[in-house]
Amino acid sequence: MGEYLVDIKHEKLSFFTPVGEVKALNDVSIRMKEGEVLGVVGESGSGKSVTAYSLIGLTAENGKIMGGEVNFNGHRVDLMSEKEMRGIRGKEISIIFQDPMTSLNPVYTIGNQIEEAVRIHGDKSAEEARERAKELLTLVGINEPEKRLKQYPHELSGGMRQRVMIAIALACEPKLLIADEPTTALDVTIQAQILELMNDLKNKLGMGIMLITHDLGVVASMCDNIAVMYAGEIVEYGSADDIFYNPKHEYTRGLLKSIPKFQEKEYSKLVPIEGQPVDLLNPPKGCPFAPRCDSCMKICLREKPESIDFGENHYSRCWLNVKDEYSGGEKS
Amino acid sequence: MSEKLIDIEGLKQYFPVAGSKAQVKAVDDVSFFIKKGETFGLVGESGCGKTTTGRSILRLIEPTAGKITYDGDVIFDSKSGKKADMLPYRRKMQIVFQDPYASLDPRMTVGDIVGEALDIHNLCKDKKERYDRIIGLLQRVGLNSEHANRYPHEFSGGQRQRVGIARALAVDPEFIVCDEPVSALDVSIQAQVVNMFEELQNELKLTYLFIAHDLSVVNHISDRIGVMYLGHLVELAESEELIFHAVHPYTLSLISAVPIADPKIARASKRIILQGDVPSPLNPPKGCAFCTRCPYADEICQNEKPEFKEIGPGHYCACHHVDIASLSRKSKNKMVIV
Repeated sequence: MGEYLVDIKHEKLSFFTPVGEVKALNDVSIRMKEGEVLGVVGESGSGKSVTAYSLIGLTAENGKIMGGEVNFNGHRVDLMSEKEMRGIRGKEISIIFQDPMTSLNPVYTIGNQIEEAVRIHGDKSAEEARERAKELLTLVGINEPEKRLKQYPHELSGGMRQRVMIAIALACEPKLLIADEPTTALDVTIQAQILELMNDLKNKLGMGIMLITHDLGVVASMCDNIAVMYAGEIVEYGSADDIFYNPKHEYTRGLLKSIPKFQEKEYSKLVPIEGQPVDLLNPPKGCPFAPRCDSCMKICLREKPESIDFGENHYSRCWLNVKDEYSGGEKS
Repeated sequence: MSEKLIDIEGLKQYFPVAGSKAQVKAVDDVSFFIKKGETFGLVGESGCGKTTTGRSILRLIEPTAGKITYDGDVIFDSKSGKKADMLPYRRKMQIVFQDPYASLDPRMTVGDIVGEALDIHNLCKDKKERYDRIIGLLQRVGLNSEHANRYPHEFSGGQRQRVGIARALAVDPEFIVCDEPVSALDVSIQAQVVNMFEELQNELKLTYLFIAHDLSVVNHISDRIGVMYLGHLVELAESEELIFHAVHPYTLSLISAVPIADPKIARASKRIILQGDVPSPLNPPKGCAFCTRCPYADEICQNEKPEFKEIGPGHYCACHHVDIASLSRKSKNKMVIV
């Protein structure tokens, strides 16, 4: 069905908290083809994890999808029951989390946990599962798999644990791997290892990857397309080159300017984005980024910007892009 | 400018291991100095001893051995047994911690958190003066007077880090240890805080020891950078020299591991991927600490500790194979990837 592996259409999602409704996602649309690597970038609270979790049915209990469709591989994920969801979770879609220290069960061996993932879908015998587990560990670059299978998570380093998590996620060769800040908790040299591994595996297995991160450096080398999120909206979407060389949203530009340039000899002062992130309990009426935007115009405070296309694969929501049509005393 | 504010010689910090005689050598024989008014960056992976070094200098943990000199005064010397009374020095040396969520007392108002240091050192004559100074400090770090009566949980991460900085500034220090002050913050906020550190330094003539694992941030803010690995300083040089003329294989791999936020360069550049993990500090390799992951390691590396020696003006490195390493750097990307 359809040509897209992931097709999220105008998704709205809210969390109901004691202090009120938090609109975590506001009209989010994402499409991914098979084998595509999509980077989702944004700061904490921008809704990047929430988007991914709703795709795999892991939205917290007080969260509710208020509108739109979530399609994955021909399933309407937003309409599926927990039981149906279990049928595809781990089999067609898998996830690895940010913190490998807490996402493995400390009282089971590595072997137990990988075999569980192998056996839960399909009818492999215990022995076959063990063989498969060994294969998987070798695939993710862990040496001495026999020995590792008998070890507990606390005996492994952070990088190793993240490899084990990836092995579990790959157990049934999913079509989509969601990686939620997979390297944020790791050191740079280990981060480089894990990114290299994910790149390798993508080429070997041809799966799609949704890479969630706040680090623009991580997405630059790996992703085909990038979605930049702010306050529960995708403010800009485009190919990696579009986003880095031809950004069309002030937030994207701000993000790019605020990273220290590493390979430049010239010292240049960082340009931060001033102000604080949005309070989603009281989102601003117009463009959510307007209060922090240097080029804010009157219309930005009043009306939400429409999405404007720049070519087939690049859009952004920013009034500045249609400034000419609105000029004539509009700019404050 | 060349006057030394902090001078550390042979600093060692060993921790006992419960239930055994073994010791974790968190910091093992580290020597360096920090000049007045400069920012000295310390980088390395988790567990390499960079935070411990920072805390030992302030004697927040008592060093096992070594000598620490602050502005000409010896404040710790294990040989002569000298241990200076730290209270007067605490006015001059302050610290900003990594985690702005854990380092502020949740039951104190921000005003009291900042004011506590003023009380300890009796810096204010009366309540009015104390209040004015607190407000002045909050404003200096970009907060305002209303914030003084609020509690830490009402602030975002970036704002809390500002409170931590205001607290450190309260006593008019000369030297601040910044222990990963931006690691827990979002990128857009990170830049705000980094800029603030720079502005404060220019205004108040501060000296920083800036500890972080993110080489790009450290490079941005530091005049000189020291690279630590497993309790040892492996390379030290001026920032530009270190980034563009690094010699130690570990530094080279750290530099190449920094993600580059530019797709074309990132796709074209070949990373040096280190194999394996950092060895346990309980059981470090006998020779060079880096020999288990180093592509050039041979017999001598496994058996003998390399000397931390000067290889160029102000450029120090601890490696047996300085020549090979620097050769491979010149012919970029030729480094063997094992």
